[in-house]
Amino acid sequence: MKVASTGPAPLRNSIRRRRARDRVIESLLLLAGLVAVFTTVAIVWILVGEALPFFDHVPLEAFLTDTMWTPLFAEPRYGILPLVAGTLVTTLVALALAIPAGTIIATYLSEFASHRLRELVKPALEMLGAVPTVVYGYFALVMVTPFLQKLIPGLPGFNMLSAGLVIGIMIVPYVASVSEDAMRAVPNYMREGSYAMGATRLQTATRVVVPGALSGIAAAYILGISRAVGETMVVAVAAGLQPNLTWNPTESAATITAFIVQVSLGDLPHDSIGYQSIFAAGLVLLVVTLAFNVAGFVLTRRFREAY
Amino acid sequence: MSVMRAGVERRKLLDKLFVVLGLLVLIAALAVLLTLFLDLVRLGAPRFNWDFVTSYASRKPEQAGILAAWVGTTLIMVVTACVAMPVGVAAAIYLEEYAPKNWVTAVIEINVTNLAGVPSIIYGLLALGLFVYKFSLGQSILAAGLTLALLILPIVIVATREALRAVPLPIREAAYALGATRWEVTAHHVLPYSMGGVLTGMIIGLSRAIGETAPIITIGALSFIAFLPESLMDPFTAMPIQMFNWVSRPDPGFRINAAAAGAILLGMTFLMNGIAIWLRYRFRKRINW
Repeated sequence: MKVASTGPAPLRNSIRRRRARDRVIESLLLLAGLVAVFTTVAIVWILVGEALPFFDHVPLEAFLTDTMWTPLFAEPRYGILPLVAGTLVTTLVALALAIPAGTIIATYLSEFASHRLRELVKPALEMLGAVPTVVYGYFALVMVTPFLQKLIPGLPGFNMLSAGLVIGIMIVPYVASVSEDAMRAVPNYMREGSYAMGATRLQTATRVVVPGALSGIAAAYILGISRAVGETMVVAVAAGLQPNLTWNPTESAATITAFIVQVSLGDLPHDSIGYQSIFAAGLVLLVVTLAFNVAGFVLTRRFREAY
Repeated sequence: MSVMRAGVERRKLLDKLFVVLGLLVLIAALAVLLTLFLDLVRLGAPRFNWDFVTSYASRKPEQAGILAAWVGTTLIMVVTACVAMPVGVAAAIYLEEYAPKNWVTAVIEINVTNLAGVPSIIYGLLALGLFVYKFSLGQSILAAGLTLALLILPIVIVATREALRAVPLPIREAAYALGATRWEVTAHHVLPYSMGGVLTGMIIGLSRAIGETAPIITIGALSFIAFLPESLMDPFTAMPIQMFNWVSRPDPGFRINAAAAGAILLGMTFLMNGIAIWLRYRFRKRINW
């Protein structure tokens, strides 16, 4: 700008000083923004760096195909499959509850509920999502498991069913709120067109709004999956800590996350293979959740561009 | 004609059934929340007294308390807030007010989105490798506070950006027209107007951090501490850790302690979220552009 060079000297100095300050501040702000990038880089660097020595001891093939995970035994075996199976089972149980419930709540709030009810319920759902996970763990172990034991005789005190159901309850608000946002983004003229053809609200919801918001709803599901996979405290409290290669949700089994907690509770020396094994497990977890997050990200992107 | 009418009737019935179903599921979800809270309060009731708040952990459940836990949690939250607030708000200001449309900005944005989806226990592993060993901070309050600050950074950034975006463009243009620099526009006008949203985001972030258990277990929080920390480098315990420790003991006496600690923890998160919701409501109502 030319203004600075033509004004009187004190003003010119003031402008120059303020511009210089602006440049300094801008670089500081950029630095703060880059913290996010540093964090990602550090996560990858630390996990890979600490897991690499682990793979010097354990061949990658054994890690991925061995069916036993017994790192604390005298003859340790390091097959990640039991932990992956545990994670998968609890996640599937959680989804079996959270996807229908979340979708119904989202559809109801977006297409049926009055404005007042929605304003009232959304904060309450937000609260449900804000409950600390360790409290949910208590809920699973002390309240849900005894209840399930009445329905399923012989259910062990630690089981994946109870943990999975509680994780499901935990991610309902998440699935509901992201799906609802997607449904509300469907333009009203599409609903009006449907009503004009004589459709009821339910028909409009299932045949116009849900298909229109499909990629957003899919993103909600995927982000929910990613949450369930990474959930730690509920499974650490309620699902048991014994690695167990099973697909039966009524058994107890450890997940990837529960294993990391179990090892962290003990006092392992920094350079031991037990210490390294939690980073190898963490790396698997990171890769899985990352894949889901990327898929969710791509889908939300697409649904934003649709209208 | 009657065939068609029957179809219409059936569809209207289905419509009504769905309303019932929707309400039921919604009520069920909220009932879970209520049951959870009431049960914690009911089961933990025998421990709601002054001794519980002023005693250290103990082998005897009746004598155990949460003194070290709540002091630890408070200190960790102070560290978290002091780190996450300036860094998060600054990053949000950069992305919303300064960032040119180039690849650096795109990389930052992708990273913020992605970090929001990284499981909290991964942050714990990061902190264990980075803060505890590489930076030699040890298993300290400082390390825990920094870990949780990184964890809530995406929440603070996203909330702050939304708040900044809600300030209308004419406010900025008016300030620029009077010769303000970009920082002056931001600091004197945009930021004060969006303070409500910024605070809301911060409180929601802290309410998330206060209940986080997994990352601070990973960096090595202790569950049995019989002294109060004197510096930020001291070992620590925290409310959720204490609760986790009690809930994993078979003794029913400790279950009562766990319920009481859980009720207090839940009460704290509800209070923080309530304040956030109220703030958001108030600021939305007060500001008429």
